[in-house]
Order: sequence, then structure tokens, then C-alpha cells
Amino acid sequence: MADVESTPGEGIHIEGLRKRYGRGETAVDALKGADIAVAAGEVVGLVGPSGSGKSTLLKCLGAVTEPSGGRMTLGGRVIYDEGWRIPDLRALRRDRIGFVFQAPHLIPFLNVTDNVALLPMLAGHANADARARARELLEALDVGHRAQAMPSQLSGGEQQRVAIARALVSRPPVILADEPTAPLDSERALGVIGILNRMAREYRTAVIVVTHDEKIIPTFERIYHIRDGRTHEELGEGRMST
Amino acid sequence: MISLAGRDILHGWGKYVFTGMGLGLLIGVTLSMAGIYRGMVDDAAVLLDNSGADLWVVQQDTLGPYAEPSSLYDDLYRGILTLPGVAQAANVTYLTMQVRPAGDAARERRAMVVGVVPGGFGEPGQPRFLVAGRRLTRGHYEAVADLSTGFRLGEQVRIRRHLYRVVGLTRRNVSSGGDPMVFIPLKDAQEAQFLKDNDAIIQQRHRTAVNPLFNRPGQPEVLEAVLAAQTQSTSVNAVLVRLDAGADPDRVAADIRRWKRLGVYTRAEMNEILQAKLIATSARQIFMFLVILSLVSAAIVAFIIYTLTLGKIREIAILKLIGTRNRTIAAMILQQAIGLGLIGFVVGKTAATFWAPVFPKYVLLLPSDAARGLLVVVLICALASLFAIRTALRVDPAEAIGG
Repeated sequence: MADVESTPGEGIHIEGLRKRYGRGETAVDALKGADIAVAAGEVVGLVGPSGSGKSTLLKCLGAVTEPSGGRMTLGGRVIYDEGWRIPDLRALRRDRIGFVFQAPHLIPFLNVTDNVALLPMLAGHANADARARARELLEALDVGHRAQAMPSQLSGGEQQRVAIARALVSRPPVILADEPTAPLDSERALGVIGILNRMAREYRTAVIVVTHDEKIIPTFERIYHIRDGRTHEELGEGRMST
Repeated sequence: MISLAGRDILHGWGKYVFTGMGLGLLIGVTLSMAGIYRGMVDDAAVLLDNSGADLWVVQQDTLGPYAEPSSLYDDLYRGILTLPGVAQAANVTYLTMQVRPAGDAARERRAMVVGVVPGGFGEPGQPRFLVAGRRLTRGHYEAVADLSTGFRLGEQVRIRRHLYRVVGLTRRNVSSGGDPMVFIPLKDAQEAQFLKDNDAIIQQRHRTAVNPLFNRPGQPEVLEAVLAAQTQSTSVNAVLVRLDAGADPDRVAADIRRWKRLGVYTRAEMNEILQAKLIATSARQIFMFLVILSLVSAAIVAFIIYTLTLGKIREIAILKLIGTRNRTIAAMILQQAIGLGLIGFVVGKTAATFWAPVFPKYVLLLPSDAARGLLVVVLICALASLFAIRTALRVDPAEAIGG
């Protein structure tokens, strides 16, 4: 029972996104006009030094922080448009945005299946249906055998795959991954990016990966650089792309 | 939807249950305090029930015999018996003192010594029932003791200078202060109440003898009569009156006041004296203690729930980020607080039930008090969780993203 009508497969687009903190002389422009367009099924990188506005952009994309201006569409639906925003950002986050963090941040008191099934349950789906959907994803991510384990019983790589499953379970049009490979070694980091690429294609989801990780930057076809609150697009090596 | 609160509790059940048990002991103390108050009220009611009286006749302008000293002549009951509506009237004395088995000072205990005219069950002042032995049948040196004195059947106990053999045992015969009763014959009780030591008697005789008013030349019988009067006690503390069936207590009380010039209290008035005057201060003391315990419990629950919530700030931020409703998060915290209270209540009620008999005075745990206690615990836990809920709802989902 989604609060936001789902029209998957159309990616995420932002145009001239701006964010100002504070007022008057103390005001700080964290975003001065960011433009990003990620198509459904595409994985792009977002890189930038500290203080460049990367976190602010991520929070705006994640519907956690409201931008001061600009336009954002998600899955074909307008989310922000020059001061206007859709009324229920919470439902938007639940139904249309998947999050993957640097640390998996699984709910420690829920087992793996329920960690993944929680989102559909929150959206009003029957527990059995939500768990079935969760198990299907866990199988697809090769952690089906740990479905009943608690997060503390998983390895770092397994936890991250469960986190990806949680991000995907609502079939959102976009997944925001914040440094998802930072704690992992090269092999596991590339594995996670491989999974994100596979899932993006399979579920027609746009994936934005915020990263500093030199190991995975070459895997993106397109990379957005953010500097001083502005984005610049670059073509990447795209070694993972088909 | 799964129960987030339940899962969280199960995940760290050890900490949660032990915290609940700690809280439970506090709730147990609170329930016990309520039980002590109820016990006091019940002791007062039992005292009135066991006296078997409908009216208490006492010295004018006193609240005797339980709340204030009262002294009446022991022949007044005869006149009272003649009044319409009076079925029975009996003298009684009450004296709270230390009583000990002969030769065993270690088992000395405080008791209310009740002087009654030896008689049958159901007569005013008599113990209503015995659990062992027989009632008082002789005029001197026999006693019927409450079980809680610890005295045994056939044992001799010392009251003042005399020894009394315990011939019967009764139960739940206590004073309004919870002291167990020891019934002895009225004459002995009168003597015990006003008995002076030998030195004091000698000095009193000497004083009387040197008083020219009492020791007149040629009239030695005056001194003898005065001395005899001084060593006899003809006072009792009250006359207990049993009314005829259908007699109006207020009317009979009014007659006694008018014609006998004595103080009279009905059952309702005596109940009021005991509860509003005799145990009122203790009740207020206990009430204050209950209030403080409730506040302490609330503070502890609030602190525990707040600490538990602070430990989950990251998880709460993630839950909010992924779209969990505020009410789901608030419900999780509220359920945990109430769960803690319920565990505490079960532990507290169980503990209070087990330790109540160990208290030296009667602790009466009423189911209605337990039900009220449960309600208060749930309410306190709900209120105590508000601070934690407020904190949780103010968590910014952006904290999950960092930066």
C-alpha cells in the first residue's frame, strides 16, 4: 500500500538544485546548482572532496533535507520544484528510495529476513508476502542461507549484501549508496559494485554511488564530480558495464 | 507488522528482564507500603469487630478507650443494662504493655492486655473464637493470647507481678497499632492497670496516715477505710454495649449520654475515631512515602527508557530514514516502557506476596489495590516514556547518512 504511486524505470533527474544553510551574512550555499541525470538501470559515481557539498546533495536526493531551489524528479514524478515539494517525504523515502550506507546499519534486533522485509511491512504488506519478497532478494544476493541469522552473526560482506537487499526490496526507482565499499577489501568492494550493477539492470533502478574509493571509481561509466556545490559530469572507464 | 518493541526486548532480554526485576523490587516495596496502610485500617476494623460491641461507653469528653485514656466506675454497666434497647453490657480494660513468658525474657513482646469478665463467646469484649485451648473460666490468673504473641498453650506469662497460664489461643485479635491481644480476667487487669509497687504502697500509707483528715484520733476506722479504697481499683476503661436486634444505636447512645452523663460512640463514630484520628498520621506518612516511591519509580523508568532509547539512536535514525512512521517509533518505546512496568509489576506483586507475612505487623494486600497499582504502574511508565519518545522523534534521519 504505497503512499506514492510507483512508476519505476525512469531514474532520477535534478536540475539546478540549490541548498542554502542559514540566513543573511552567515548564510552558506552548500549547493549552488547541481545537475544530475541517472537513467533506470544505470550506476553512476558521485565523487568530490570533503566540504564540496556531497553530503548535502545526498541528503537532498534522499529527501532528508529540503533543497532551497531547483527541480528533482524521481521515477517520472516531480519531487521538488523551486520551493514546492511533495507533501509526504517519509513515504517517498520508504517507497521510492533505497539507501545503502558505508556501514550496513542493519537493525540489530531483527534477523536478516526481517531486516529486509521491514520496509514492505511498514508499507502495509502482509508479513508473509514481505518475507517472501525478502527471501527472494536474499537468494539473488547469495545470502539466502543466512536468512535466519542475526546481523551480528554475519561477515562485513554479508551484512552489506543484506543492506543492498533492504535497499532493493521496495523496488525503488533510485538507490543512494553512501561509501558502500569503504570498509571492504578490493575483492569484496568490487563484488558489491558488481551486485549493484546487476541489481540496477535487473530491477531497472538508478544507482548513485557516493565514493572516495579509488578501487571502484574506474568501474563507473559516468562519474559526477562535485566541487564548490556544483556538479560536473565525466565519462568513466566503465569496466563493469555491459 | 512485526513488533519492533518485542524484537528489541527479545534481542536483549537479559538486560531488560533484570532491569524489570530491579524495578519490580521497588514496586514490591510500594505495594507493601499500601499493604501496611490497609493492614492498619484492617487492624482497626478487626479491633472493633472483635470487641463485639455496638456502642462504646466511655468517660465524658474523651475519645476513649482506644484513642484516649478513659476511666469509668466498674458498676456503671448495671445502670446501662436497664436502658431500653440494651441487650448486654460488659466492662473492659485495655492496657498496652510488655508481656513475657515466665523465665524467658528473650520472648518478651508488646501486647495489648485486655481485661474482660470471664464469659462465653459472643459476649462483648470476649475473643470471638479460639484456635486452641479454652476460654477464660476462672476469675484470676488465666490468659487467652493471640497467636502472634508466640505464646504457647499451657505456658505461663508474666504481667506485672503475677503469672498467668495461657489457656487458650486466638487469632487476628490485635490493637489498632497491630499489637496482639492478651485477654485476662477483668479483676486482674484492673489490678495490673493501677497496681503500685510495694514501696509506693508503703509510702502512700505513710502519707495517708500522717494526714490528720484521714487519721483522726478516736476514729481508726476512717484511716482503714481510706487505705482500703486506695488499694482497690474500681475503674474500667469502657463499657461495651450490645444492642437488642432492631434497636437504634443513635437513640440508645443519646439515652446513655442524657441519663448516665457518659460519653458514647457508635460503631461508625468509633471507626471514624480510629481511622481519622488514631491512624491518620501514620496513613499520611505512608501516603507520602507512596508518593515518593511512585516518583522515584517514575524517575527510574524514565531514566532506563531514556538510556535504552539513547542506545538505539542510530537505529531510530535509520528507521526514520527508511520511512518508519513517528507513531511506530513512539509505539516501540511506549511498549518497551509498559513492558518494563508489567515485568516490574509481576515481580513486585510476587515479592510483596512472599515477604508480607514476614512483616511484624499485618500487611493486607488487596486485589483492588493490586489492580490500581497495575494501572498506576502502566500510567507512570507511559508518562516516563514521553521524554524518550520526544528524544527519539527529534532524531534527524539525516544522522543515518552522516556527513
